Amino acid sequence: MQVKSLVRLFAVAFSITIIAGCSSTGGTQGSDAYGTQQGSGSSSGSSSAGASTTGVSGTGQYGSTSGSGSSVGQQADSRIPSARTIYFDFDRDTIKSEFESVVMAHARYLRANPSAQVTLHGHTDERGTREYNLALGERRANAVQRFLNIQGVSNSQMSVVSYGEERPAARGSDESAYSQNRRVVFDY
Amino acid sequence: MSMLRRIGMLLALCLLSSTAYANLTIEITSGSDRALPIGVVPFEQASELSEDVAQIIQDDLQRSGYFDPLERSAMFEQPTRADEVEFGPWRSLDVRYLVVGSVEQTPNGYRISADLMDISGQRQVLTESVTTQRNGLRSAAHYLSDQIFEAITDIRGAFSTRIAYVSASGVGDDMRFALYVADSDGRNSQEVLSSDQPILSPAWSPDGEKLAYVSFESGRPAIYVQQVASGQRVKLTDFEGINSAPAWSPDGRRLAMSLSKDGQPEIYIMNLADRSLTRITNNSSIDTEPSWAPDGRSLLFTSDRSGGPQIYRYSLTSQETQRLTFTGNYNARGRFSPDGEDIFLIHRSSRGYQVARQELSSNRLVVLSDSSQDESPSVAPNGTMVIFATKRGGNGVLSAVSADGRSSFRLPSPQGDVREPAWSPFMD
Repeated sequence: MQVKSLVRLFAVAFSITIIAGCSSTGGTQGSDAYGTQQGSGSSSGSSSAGASTTGVSGTGQYGSTSGSGSSVGQQADSRIPSARTIYFDFDRDTIKSEFESVVMAHARYLRANPSAQVTLHGHTDERGTREYNLALGERRANAVQRFLNIQGVSNSQMSVVSYGEERPAARGSDESAYSQNRRVVFDY
Repeated sequence: MSMLRRIGMLLALCLLSSTAYANLTIEITSGSDRALPIGVVPFEQASELSEDVAQIIQDDLQRSGYFDPLERSAMFEQPTRADEVEFGPWRSLDVRYLVVGSVEQTPNGYRISADLMDISGQRQVLTESVTTQRNGLRSAAHYLSDQIFEAITDIRGAFSTRIAYVSASGVGDDMRFALYVADSDGRNSQEVLSSDQPILSPAWSPDGEKLAYVSFESGRPAIYVQQVASGQRVKLTDFEGINSAPAWSPDGRRLAMSLSKDGQPEIYIMNLADRSLTRITNNSSIDTEPSWAPDGRSLLFTSDRSGGPQIYRYSLTSQETQRLTFTGNYNARGRFSPDGEDIFLIHRSSRGYQVARQELSSNRLVVLSDSSQDESPSVAPNGTMVIFATKRGGNGVLSAVSADGRSSFRLPSPQGDVREPAWSPFMD
């Protein structure tokens, strides 16, 4: 399982490298590339779209979920995207470029389904004080909400709940656990 | 020598008690080298009595860090009344004070008598007598500890106080949370609320009768106030966004809190009589973790307006805000000492997140704990100790350190993680 996802990670990294090489402007181009892949509907495109979460989350519990949901790419706008967690750097609320594609998929789904509602759950790792972490978790979820709003999603479709460090996805006091806990979850 | 003897010494009484549930046990982790040698002689009491009263008093005094109790095996005799005490032999054992006493059965319960002797001064310092029911023996023992502690140190004892804390077990979707109230020695713990959603930030009302806390039971954080004795409670705030960090004013009429209903977390004060809100902070950064000065005229709070979290003080009279912490790039969750001269806080050092004390007159910051994942400091009402949450062996435990950092003890829980300790005010 571990080896398999590692192989997949390399495959994704490789394909991303190729895509990045094609579109030399970088930045938000990454998300456009995702869209192109989805549009093409090729099997490699959809599996790498799903697997981009798998690769980054590593041992994360969401890895297998997104891996098995690789067919989503075919009907991105009619079904809730299977990758529903994005991860953050320590003490940061910036959406990392590798997760822009995930957020974009949710933006497309929410635009196409105006009656759909999503709650953005903001989480932090356990370091630092709890009440301050509650505020940091909200800041992360707000960053995702702003991003979605800029992508045309109505604020009336979104709400934010911060859990701070109260609901960790992984137990443990090491970077592997911390990195899985610093996250925003899309809850439909 | 006495330090070494104490390190790791397990003091759990492990008494069989049918009401005991999830009791915390105490381990003294470090004793002060300035602790006064004291002997607490076993009380004369019926052998079938479930509580060893002298042991409860001895544990209280040792936990305070002010005393270094003599082991029972070193006691050459066991007097139970003041007039039986011979000063000379105790003096040769370097004992400064001696506690003797007895527990008598009466028609209605028990009478506990205790005498405190000053061995070097060769005089009786205190004589106390309390009557109680069987289920009040521990409380009576804590009352006697308070009297003994104050007679010797001139500081009011805080052994009859209580500690609220939160336990958590499980992971992911299977987590359970519970709010407990226990005696200051971790015994007699009682669950006051349980939920499959997070509970945090318990805060005692100044009269010790109510707890304010944050519960996610509605799917979002909301502030509740609950009567501890009856369990009766009200949902106080349920605004959009964060409702967190409730803190009672010293007069009990107002509650400071952090609300993000206007965009980002800001400090507000709610007047409890009419629930009207006064906004204290107004900027685009995080403002949270308010705490009142003992005189009620200013508030501490944490803000990241300078980049990282630092502690600020807001004066309710001048309405001016002043930054207090400048050591390091993470200082949060400040709490005043009862005399208002120091603040206790969480400071990020090269070792991690640690409990620290900052003297307000000099702004000198001293790290008190030797752990690295500390949070939620809460000060004893007499200012002698700070209880806080930390990690040990991957589990959340409660720990306490004396205000001077010289002595400490730990209250590990037999069940899951424990965190968010809140030391009650004096219970009168």
